Amino acid sequence: MAEEGMRIISAIVEDRPGVLFKVTSLIRRRGFNIETITVGGTEKERVSRITITMRGNPAVVEQLVKQLSKIPDVLKISELEPEESAFRELALIKVSATDPSKRSDILNYISIFRARVIDASKDSLVIEIVGQPRKVQAFLDLMKGFGVIEMAKTGTVALARGARSSSSSTSSSSSSSSPPD
Amino acid sequence: MRVSGAKALVEALKDEKVEVIFGIPGGSTIPFYDALYECAEKGELRHILARHEQCAAHMADGYARAKGIPGVCTATSGPGATNLVTGIAVAHMDSSPVVAITGQVPRSMIGRDAFQEADIVGIATPITKYAFQISKASEIPDTMKAAFMLANTNRKGPVLVDIPKDVFYEEVDYMEAERVRIGGYVIKSGDPHPYSIKRAVGLVLESERPLIIAGGGVIASNASAELARLAEIIPAPVATTLMGKGSIPEVHPLSLGMIGMHGKGEANMAAEEADLLIAVGMRFNDRTVGRMEKFGENAKIIHIDIDPAEIGKNLGVDVPIVADARKALAALADRLIEVGIRKKENEWSRRIAELKEKYREFYNSEESRGSLSPKRVMKTLRSAIPERSIVTTGVGQNQMWAALHFQVLQPRTFITSGGLGAMGFGFPASLGVKVACPDRPVFNIDGDGSFLMTEQDLATAVVENIPTVTIVMDNRVLGMVRQWQCMFCEKRYSETDLGKVPDFVKLAEAYGAEGIRVEDYGGLESAIRRSVDAEVPVVIDVPVSPDEKVLPMVPPGKTLREVVWFG
Ligand SMILES: Cc1ncc(C[n+]2csc(CCOP(=O)(O)OP(=O)(O)O)c2C)c(N)n1
Repeated sequence: MAEEGMRIISAIVEDRPGVLFKVTSLIRRRGFNIETITVGGTEKERVSRITITMRGNPAVVEQLVKQLSKIPDVLKISELEPEESAFRELALIKVSATDPSKRSDILNYISIFRARVIDASKDSLVIEIVGQPRKVQAFLDLMKGFGVIEMAKTGTVALARGARSSSSSTSSSSSSSSPPD
Repeated sequence: MRVSGAKALVEALKDEKVEVIFGIPGGSTIPFYDALYECAEKGELRHILARHEQCAAHMADGYARAKGIPGVCTATSGPGATNLVTGIAVAHMDSSPVVAITGQVPRSMIGRDAFQEADIVGIATPITKYAFQISKASEIPDTMKAAFMLANTNRKGPVLVDIPKDVFYEEVDYMEAERVRIGGYVIKSGDPHPYSIKRAVGLVLESERPLIIAGGGVIASNASAELARLAEIIPAPVATTLMGKGSIPEVHPLSLGMIGMHGKGEANMAAEEADLLIAVGMRFNDRTVGRMEKFGENAKIIHIDIDPAEIGKNLGVDVPIVADARKALAALADRLIEVGIRKKENEWSRRIAELKEKYREFYNSEESRGSLSPKRVMKTLRSAIPERSIVTTGVGQNQMWAALHFQVLQPRTFITSGGLGAMGFGFPASLGVKVACPDRPVFNIDGDGSFLMTEQDLATAVVENIPTVTIVMDNRVLGMVRQWQCMFCEKRYSETDLGKVPDFVKLAEAYGAEGIRVEDYGGLESAIRRSVDAEVPVVIDVPVSPDEKVLPMVPPGKTLREVVWFG
């Protein structure tokens, strides 16, 4: 189930000092309006993956991809089809849980959403939830009713489904059909 | 060979066949300059000492554009490096291959707001093709090789290499760098895709009113012969952008001159009436196309560019050809010959002739406002200097008068800050040009305001013996801004009157250059003829009325059809 209108750009970059700056500087300078950006390692040493999500018409996304590919440190860049990719966001949510009845409501939602409690105190819970941005948002909206004290969210990370690799040039085109989501 | 980082840098520059560096030394680059000391003694690697780093960068840029190879400039850390910024930005906007080497504070000091520390890599990143910071001496050979490779391949552009002072002292085993690889950067063959050529040929065959618009990319890829050949085969008239001036000789029967805000009437009208635009090595800049969303509304567009990111950046096109201009133009022409196109005289060529005729009188007329007419100054210059002379310009009216009325006959002989439009570019650029082409006369057409921004490098010109000729269009105002105030602000001339400018003759003489004030066309012509072979730099002061305008003009935000002829 894809997020409506969401576009995912995945850039494989050399992990050198300043690369993230070069990427974000370009995004700012050209006025692209992105929603999230994440950076992290890949299966290869000294190679990182930058995942960018944005909403925008195809021409804008195409222009961002073209501009980013001009940065020499960018090894490979592609737009991922939301339908054909696995993508996830992680959120940590601290909710106030002083009232025992509310506490059990919260725990109920946690199990429905397959979230997890990772810290509990007498007055609050810290909950971890991983999922598609929309699911994370829905859970967060529910939690707001209980009083969110603090929240931290990552941007989206994504991979193409199936055997295809977007980080190496030897890619095969077989893809898994039914998502074990 | 065990050498210091500074020596390694010098060796790397020599390996790149660099002959000249423009710059100013400072605390952070003292070791580099120390390593240059022997070069000076042996007559290798000429260093030209500028008086302002902005000028050093413009000199390197002028050198690069005239010669078609990278120009090199250098500055110390902090203020030296930041002074380079305008020059680097000019090179970036005009895709000129410049390599800038800056000193940086020692590694242990970086990030501590040390004396003369500036984050030049951060500052320069948006205005360079790439900015490196070297972290150890062993990186120098490969990094320099990569810098030159990046600057001078695909779409060209400036590259900055920042080197901390202590790295210059570090010892390294010097070996000439072999081929270097950087990230995902690949040097493109520039070959056009056969399918896009096929589609372009289809559009050409269908078209009745084709127009070619040639930009700076045609000059960068040395594609002038291919451009003329294609134009003649179709046949299609050729308009140029400011940067494309010289891509086709402006006396060629198919040449229409410059298009755009200050373009020629016939070029702008042809663009409005064309049913096919073949845009080559140009990027649909706002000054070129007028009102963006109306441009080419009734035409199909073929866009040839080496940089895929230019396709669709400003304007949607029908057939993109991502390729080197020379290869694409040649392929297109070859295919057209194969399919047997050769349209002769037709309605379109008659219409073009009619347009040219319609405006001819305007260009020939000379409503002089008391002093010398800029139009006639440009024509006088053209007729008095050899065809192969190279002209640079300042920014403002002077630049546009040159663009409109000075006929350029060969590529790389008209050098101007097209993209950034930086006042002060013309004079130092002319010095770089003269260093690149010492056997050619070099003329800088300048405004008084523009010249005053970088005239201190007359000192460089005199000391280093670089005899270029600057023609100051002396109107005592910031003319172009004043023109806009006249046309769009009801003559509310806010801060555009320079009041008094220096006596340019005395100014030149103060530096040891020659100054000539002219009063009439006869005097102008003889001053120009005299200075063609001058052995010292010359400044020719040409009085011009502050009320002279650049016309025709397309007001900002209007379509090319809505041109204003009288103001
Ligand atoms: C560095 C810089 N500052 C400001 C401007 C804005 N500007 C554009 S044209 C112009 C006037 C130029 O005056 P001058 O050099 O005397 O030339 P003229 O237009 O009179 O020929 C100005 C101020 C600019 N282009 N560059």
